[in-house]
Parts: sequence; structure tokens; C-alpha cells
Amino acid sequence: MIDTSGLSCPEPVIMVKKAMESGEDSYTVIADNRTAFENITRFAAHQGFGVSGEENDGVYTIRIERNK
Amino acid sequence: MDNIKLTKLAACAGCGAKVGAGTLSQLLDGLPVIKDEKLLVGFDKSDDAAVYKINDDMALVQTLDFFPPIVDDPWLFGQIAAANAISDVYAMGGEPKLALNIMTVIEAMTREAIHEILRGGYEKAFEAGAIISGGHTINDTEPKYGLSVTGFVHPKKILTNSGARPGDVLILTKPLGIGIITTAAKAGLVPEALTAKINQQMAELNRKSRDNMVNYEVHSCTDVTGFSLIGHCCEMAEGSNATINLMAAGINYHKEALEYASMGMIPAGAYKNRDFAEGRTEISASVSLPLADIMFDPQTSGGLLISVAEKDSQHLLNDLLHHTDAAIIGYVSEAGEKAVVVK
Repeated sequence: MIDTSGLSCPEPVIMVKKAMESGEDSYTVIADNRTAFENITRFAAHQGFGVSGEENDGVYTIRIERNK
Repeated sequence: MDNIKLTKLAACAGCGAKVGAGTLSQLLDGLPVIKDEKLLVGFDKSDDAAVYKINDDMALVQTLDFFPPIVDDPWLFGQIAAANAISDVYAMGGEPKLALNIMTVIEAMTREAIHEILRGGYEKAFEAGAIISGGHTINDTEPKYGLSVTGFVHPKKILTNSGARPGDVLILTKPLGIGIITTAAKAGLVPEALTAKINQQMAELNRKSRDNMVNYEVHSCTDVTGFSLIGHCCEMAEGSNATINLMAAGINYHKEALEYASMGMIPAGAYKNRDFAEGRTEISASVSLPLADIMFDPQTSGGLLISVAEKDSQHLLNDLLHHTDAAIIGYVSEAGEKAVVVK
């Protein structure tokens, strides 16, 4: 779980980028604003991951999985 | 100040700090509007500056703009903030003459850093032919700098953002992508040469572009800043009761911004701009998402968006190309269903 709450862009993306360097196939990311959600979604897609997300009371839960 | 990065002291950078166009119109809604026949341009058309007629040959152009640091070098920040503020006078077709500093400082800033910001502003105003004659500085939680600028324009030669006519050609004088590139720079992704290039672009006055355009049949002008290309096009189109057609393939932008946008290096202001344009804009499916992001990207000290008679468009472009990376980016048509159509 990567929690980007309280961070402003580009820091949430940088956090996800660093986490991806561990080479795992899937991640769950929490974001507390739409900009972070949109940017993480774009970044993950750019890195060859499939992305799905949901919003609940302003908290975004993003699931990222490496495309097989 | 050497050990403190100016941009780290601010939550939003440059024109990205601007309150969104949608929010702004709500904030202004219901305020008393005083009619004065000499007030030729007020805030009813969301224009760049107010214009007040003095006599048949002269009108006063008045504007104010300031923002938090977009670069770490205080001298450069001063230059950019001043160029950005002065630009509103050029966008009205006017010439700046007098300016006042507006500044906020924080305790962590050294006296030298504050002095450098002011020096940058003074030098830029001097280059524009304007005199900074004073100002006001207060303590705050983040640094900010800008100018209130007074200029003059002939009352019959005012260029509002609501005069575009069907058949006009649209020219943009500075390439887009500033907000995206500065966001990517915060992530350490931008090579020094590109940073130097965009810093130079932001500090560049729109003076020569203004001087070029007043020689031709220009119907409307605005500068592209925090509301993004599409946001400013929405304002121009709606104010002019016309539709603006942007040709994605012709739009001038820094190529690197495309890669950064696809990596999610997009400032929050771009999403606000997208929300504002929602419902007013139609973007063809053939336009890639990162390119659309660039068209919603808030620009700091952006270029002039000029609506010029087609017969003059190529001549004006040729003049502009001597000193800018201007491009023809679209055209104006009769008002259709949407304010802005991107193909």
C-alpha cells in the first residue's frame, strides 16, 4: 500500500515511481485529491500497468497491475 | 537564499496558483457593477485589463498580476512575474508606462533574495519602457511578487478578448507546456537546457509581438496564462459569440511536454481548466490525451493569442517568426454548439 495523502504533485507520482522500482507486479495506492489520482493513473499506464480506481468521500483507491 | 529553494516555499507555482475561471465567475457574481461610459472595458467580459477613456485619443489600461515563485532564482522570478503582469497591457494592444510592485515575503528569505526579485522586476519593467514608482510589501506564509501596471492605448485601437470574427485566423506567439515542464522539473526529470529555454521564454516580454500585431487588422487578443489555451479560447469565443476551431496538428508546444504529460506530470490547475471547459469544448477522439493535457496546461507568462483577419495572418506570422516560435493554431467560425472545437 502506497499512501500519497497530503502530498501535492508531482510527489505522489514520484512515490509510485520509486515503489515500482521494487519490481512488483501490483500495487494499491491511496490518493486524497483528483490531481494525484489522474496523474498516477497516467503514469501507471505509461509504465505498462493496467489501472483501476474508485473514489469514496474524496479518497481515491487506485489498483495498479502490470500488464501481462 | 542559496540554501532555500524559492519554489519549495510555495504550494502552487506561477499562474497555476490562479483561482479557476469557474470559481472566479462565481466569486464575482452579484457584485455591484457601476456603469460609466468612460469605462470601455470592465470585468463583465473577463478581459485582461480594465480600460478607461481619458479623451478621444487616449485611454488608460490598468491591470494587476502576481503569483508565487515558479523558479528558484529570485532575479529570474522577478523578471518572469513582471513580464507576466506587463503582458496584460500588451494583450489589450496598449503600451505600459507606470508600474507598482506588489510583494509578499517570508522570514526565511534573505534581504539579498528580496532585493534580487525586485531587481528582476525593475529591469523587466525598464525593458518594457515602464517605470516602477513604488509598491507595497507585506509578510505572508509564502513569497509572491508581481506588478500593478498602467499603460495607454488609443480608444479606437483597444484589443479586447471579445472581438474575434468568423473567418479570422488564430496565432499563438509562445509554445505551450510551461506548467507541465515546471511540474516535471520538480520531479527532477527536466534537463538543464530545457529549463533554461522555458525560463527564457517566460521572462520574454510580449512587447515585440504587440508591436507587430498593431500593424495589421487584428480583431481580438488575449494572453494565454493560468486558464490555459482552451480556457482562454472559451472566453474569447463566448465573448465574441463565435466558435474557435483549434487544429491539434498546428499547435505550438514544447515537444518534451508530451512525454511529461503522459507520465502524469500535470499541475492541478490543468484539471481545473478541464472542468471549466467541460461542456463548452469538443475534443476529437483523434487528439491524444497528453496533447489535450497540454492544451489545458496553465501557462505562466504565456504568449499572445491573436485573432487576425485571414488576409493579414501570414504577414503577421512572418513578422512574429523573427523573434518568436509563433504558429497558426486555428480559426474562428460562426457560433456553433460548442465554444471551442479541437480537431
